[in-house]
Amino acid sequence: MTEKYYDVAVIGGGPAGLAAAVSACEHGAAKVLVIERDKVVGGILNQCIHNGFGLHYFKEELTGPEYAGRFAEMVRNTAAEVVTGTMVLGIDTPESGPVIRCVSREDGYREYRAGAVVLCMGCRERTRGAIAIPGDRPSGVMTAGTAQRYVNMEGYMIGRRIVILGSGDIGLIMARRMTLEGAKVLACVELCPYSNGLNRNIVQCLEDYGIPLYLSHTVTGVHGRGRLERVTVSRVDDKRRPVEGTAFDIECDTLLLSVGLIPENEITRDAGIEIDRRTNGPTVYENMMTTRPGVFACGNVVHVHDLVDFVTAESMRAGAAAAEYAAGKRVSGRVIKLVNGEGVNYTVPQMIRPDNAGKVTEVFFRTNIPRKKSVIRVMSGDTQIASFRREYMAPGEMEKIPLPRVLLDRAGDTVTVSVEPAGEAADRA
Amino acid sequence: MKELICIICPKGCHLKVDEENGCAVTGNGCARGAEYGKKEITDPTRVITSTVGITGGIYSRCPVKTDRPIPKKLIGDAMELLRGLEITSPVKTGDVVVSDILGTGANFVATRDM
Ligand SMILES: Cc1cc2nc3c(=O)[nH]c(=O)nc-3n(C[C@H](O)[C@H](O)[C@H](O)COP(=O)(O)OP(=O)(O)OC[C@H]3O[C@@H](n4cnc5c(N)ncnc54)[C@H](O)[C@@H]3O)c2cc1C
Ligand code: SF4
Repeated sequence: MTEKYYDVAVIGGGPAGLAAAVSACEHGAAKVLVIERDKVVGGILNQCIHNGFGLHYFKEELTGPEYAGRFAEMVRNTAAEVVTGTMVLGIDTPESGPVIRCVSREDGYREYRAGAVVLCMGCRERTRGAIAIPGDRPSGVMTAGTAQRYVNMEGYMIGRRIVILGSGDIGLIMARRMTLEGAKVLACVELCPYSNGLNRNIVQCLEDYGIPLYLSHTVTGVHGRGRLERVTVSRVDDKRRPVEGTAFDIECDTLLLSVGLIPENEITRDAGIEIDRRTNGPTVYENMMTTRPGVFACGNVVHVHDLVDFVTAESMRAGAAAAEYAAGKRVSGRVIKLVNGEGVNYTVPQMIRPDNAGKVTEVFFRTNIPRKKSVIRVMSGDTQIASFRREYMAPGEMEKIPLPRVLLDRAGDTVTVSVEPAGEAADRA
Repeated sequence: MKELICIICPKGCHLKVDEENGCAVTGNGCARGAEYGKKEITDPTRVITSTVGITGGIYSRCPVKTDRPIPKKLIGDAMELLRGLEITSPVKTGDVVVSDILGTGANFVATRDM
C-alpha cells in the first residue's frame, strides 16, 4: 500500500480544521493535508445560514457559510491539500509517528503517515435515546441540527406544527427558521429555570415571533401512531422531576430536540488518548496537544464552543504547535494541572507547561449556573495568583481568562480555578 | 413604557423605554444599551437570512441574506419574495438574488459559492 507522508494531517474540515491547516502552513509545515468526510469543507457552518459569526475574528457579522467560505479561500491560498468524501476510521501512534487510516468511495482504503495529527472532528447532537423521553416512537421527532440540515440544505419542509425541547442556540435558531418558512412553532420547552441560549437569540428568535418559552418544563410524553400527533409537557421541580397535575398536551406533528452537543471522539478513544469526562473531549496542554505526543486537538471535538471565533483562535494555536512538532520541536519541563474549584464545570487546557506557555495562556471554562457580580479566583494552594471580576456569567457562555507566565512561574503544580459571588453583591443577588 | 432586554452584550440588561419622553432609556448598564433601546422602539430592523432553490448546485438550496437590515415589519413580505424562487448554479457569494427588497434599497444576496 502507498503511504503518503504529510508534516501535518488534519482530521475534519470544519472551521477548526481549516484554521489549523492555515496556521500549520504559516508556521512552516510544507506538506499539510485536510481530510473531510463530507463532500465539501466548512463543517456545521454550512447549515448555519443565520448571521452572527465572525464578530471577533473578522470584525463583521457573517453567516455560517460566509465564514466557512473565507477560511476555505484562505486554505486554497496555501499549499495545503484537501481531500473530501474521505472518512477517517482511526489513527495509530507507533514510535515511528502517527498513521491515519481512512476510506473513500473513489479510492477505497488508504493510509497516510504524518509528522503530527490535529483532531478536528467537531461534535454531534445528543439524540432522544440519550435523554430517553417516555412514550411512542412516531416519526416527526428529530434533533434540531438534523432539521436544520434538511431545511437549509436539502430544502425539505419537516413539519407544520412544531414544539422544540431545549432552549440552546440551535433550538432557538430553528424556532425562527421554521416560523419564517411558514410553520407554527407552538412552544420552546426548557428543563432548566433559565435558557442556555444567548439573549440575542431569545429576543430575535422567540420574542420577535411571539413563541412562548416554558422554563422549568419538560416533555413527559410523546404520542402518535406513524406520525407524531401530540406531546405532553409538565412543569418540573428544582430537582428536575415532573410535578404531578401540571401536565398539558400540545398538538403538533414535529418535536425538535435541542438538548446539547457531545464531542465526537470515537477516534480519540480508540487511540487510547485520555478523555476528560467533564468536557467529553481529550485532555489538552496549553498548545492543544493531547496526552499522546504529536496528536493535537481543537474546536468542538475538545469542548463545545458557542462562538466560532474562539474555535478559530484555538485552532490556530493547535496548527502552529503541530507544525513545530512535525519539525522536531519537543516541549519539556514542569506541568501545572488546572483543577476545577467551586462553580467551575471544566477548564481547557487542563494542563499548562509554563516553559512553553508564552507570555500569556488563555484558559477557557464554563460556570455551572447563571451568576450576577462574581469573582473568578485562581489559587495555588492558599495563595491567590490572579482574580477577575465579572458582572454576569452563564453556563451557556464560555469564559476566558488570561494567565500571565510570570504568575504561572510562581504557582505550584496544581492551580485551582473557582467562581464565587463578589462581596457586597452576594447579599443582593 | 416598553420593557425589553438589551442584546448588545451578554449581560442582558432589562431596559425600560419611555415613549412619551423622547424614548428615554433606563435600566441600561451602559450607553450602548440606551442606543439599542431607542432604535428598537422607534425603528426596529433585522438582517433576514433564508434560502432559495438552486438548480445545478451541490445542494438543492442556496443560502441568502439581506445585505443590510430591513424594517422588522417587512420580514413576512420579504420572505414571500423568496418563495418559489429558483436560481441557477453557478452563483458567487455576494451575487444579488432579489434586488431592492420592497423599496428598501436592500438586496437578498447569496452567502455561498455554489
Ligand atoms: C447548529 C449550530 C449553530 C451555531 N451557531 C453559532 C453562531 O450563531 N455563532 C457562532 O459564532 N457559532 C455558532 N455555532 C458554533 C460553531 O459553529 C461551532 O463551534 C464550530 O462550527 C465548530 O467547529 P469544528 O470545526 O470544531 O466542528 P464542525 O464544524 O462540526 O466540523 C467538524 C468536521 O469534521 C468532519 N469529520 C468528523 N469526523 C470525521 C472523520 N472521522 N473523518 C473525516 N471528517 C470528519 C465533519 O464532517 C465536519 O466537517 C453553532 C454551532 C451549531 C452546531
Ligand atoms: S445596556 Fe450595556 S451592559 Fe447592559 S446589556 Fe446592553 S450593552 Fe450590555
